[in-house]
Amino acid sequence: MASLKDLKNRITSVKSTQKITKAMQMVAASKLRRAQEAAEAARPYAERMESVLAGLGAAVKDSPGASPLLIGTGKEDVHLVIVATSERGLCGGFNANIVKAARPHIEQLIASGKTVKILCIGKKGYALLRRDFGDFIIDLKDLSAVKRLSFSDAQPIASEVLAMFERGEFDVASLFYAKFQSVLVQVATNQQLIPAPIPEVSEGMGDELGGAIYDYEPDEAAILADLLPRNVAVQIYRGLLENAASEQGSRMTAMDNATRNAGDMIDSLSITYNRTRQANITKELIEIISGAEAL
Amino acid sequence: MADTLHLEIVSPERLLKDAEVAMVIVPGMDGDFTALPQHAPLMSTIRPGVVEIFASEGAEAERLFLKGGLAQISSAGLTILAEETIALDSVDSDDLAQKISDTREDVQDAKDDIERSAAETELAWMTALADEIAA
Repeated sequence: MASLKDLKNRITSVKSTQKITKAMQMVAASKLRRAQEAAEAARPYAERMESVLAGLGAAVKDSPGASPLLIGTGKEDVHLVIVATSERGLCGGFNANIVKAARPHIEQLIASGKTVKILCIGKKGYALLRRDFGDFIIDLKDLSAVKRLSFSDAQPIASEVLAMFERGEFDVASLFYAKFQSVLVQVATNQQLIPAPIPEVSEGMGDELGGAIYDYEPDEAAILADLLPRNVAVQIYRGLLENAASEQGSRMTAMDNATRNAGDMIDSLSITYNRTRQANITKELIEIISGAEAL
Repeated sequence: MADTLHLEIVSPERLLKDAEVAMVIVPGMDGDFTALPQHAPLMSTIRPGVVEIFASEGAEAERLFLKGGLAQISSAGLTILAEETIALDSVDSDDLAQKISDTREDVQDAKDDIERSAAETELAWMTALADEIAA
């Protein structure tokens, strides 16, 4: 049986842990709001880019000399897998979920005899993947210095990926990240970057783009060639934004749970503490009384 | 007939501008063009240069430097997709000159064509910006 002093110490320690988790939850909540705003602000650009790509891509796809970014290199031998995770832990299953989605994908590629290269964004995913796929990891992008994610953080990663593609170092690139659905739900997503999937022309977009006959300057292919590398950067940026929101959402939930757990623990410890205290008093009383009776 | 042009400048980070304007001069890849209300549908890439926005006829132009992008004119108006805009008066010319010379060195030192072309793209917008400031 733990002594009263031990119990008291434990209660204090759990209480201070609770304070920390509570503070982290609140920080995550406010960061989440900012991350969501950023993700929302990025939407108009991505939507317009998508509608332009949908219109142009369909037109150019079958013509010879279309950009390899669109139609691929004609082979599928070398795959680049970009795994975007967080820089910090204590965010529940966030990193584990992304890695859990990426792992079978990588294993399957290896099993079918493809060469796999892994690019990690965020050191948490790197730590998880290093053990099994250490030899395949070509680089780790550390974004821990970044306070507020901006497009200029995604751009260098994109240009590096594009340079690798131009050098023929890989044929297919895909990006793993967690798509933010709600504070409770984040879906690990695999998105193909290169060759770029052509978005389906939906009803609304058709009106906007297909309804009018455009003049193209210089021409469709040139516009597309200019647009596709940008699209890669935008997709990575979007992935990172979604990831940032998901990370905060996940951390908020995890910290909320931890705070509640700590509360439960304090309750049960307090009960034990009180019981032990009472037991001690009773014991002392019995000792006194039986001592007096013996006289 | 609409006598204003709906202008939107969108960057990946946010909607930079959303306004009704009279006229916009866009630095297209094949030369500058002026977008007026009721312009025919057009899609053009943008070379590094200055967009001049006239809120109303005869008003002073608002000048924004673009590193490049895409302009799309449709019946809904003019949409410019741009990675980055720079207000001309916020540029430190000494700093820019330094960056230009750095990038020139990068072009010299580039290990292969891919690096060189990346550095040359950087250089292109920097020199265009420097020209605009000098002008």
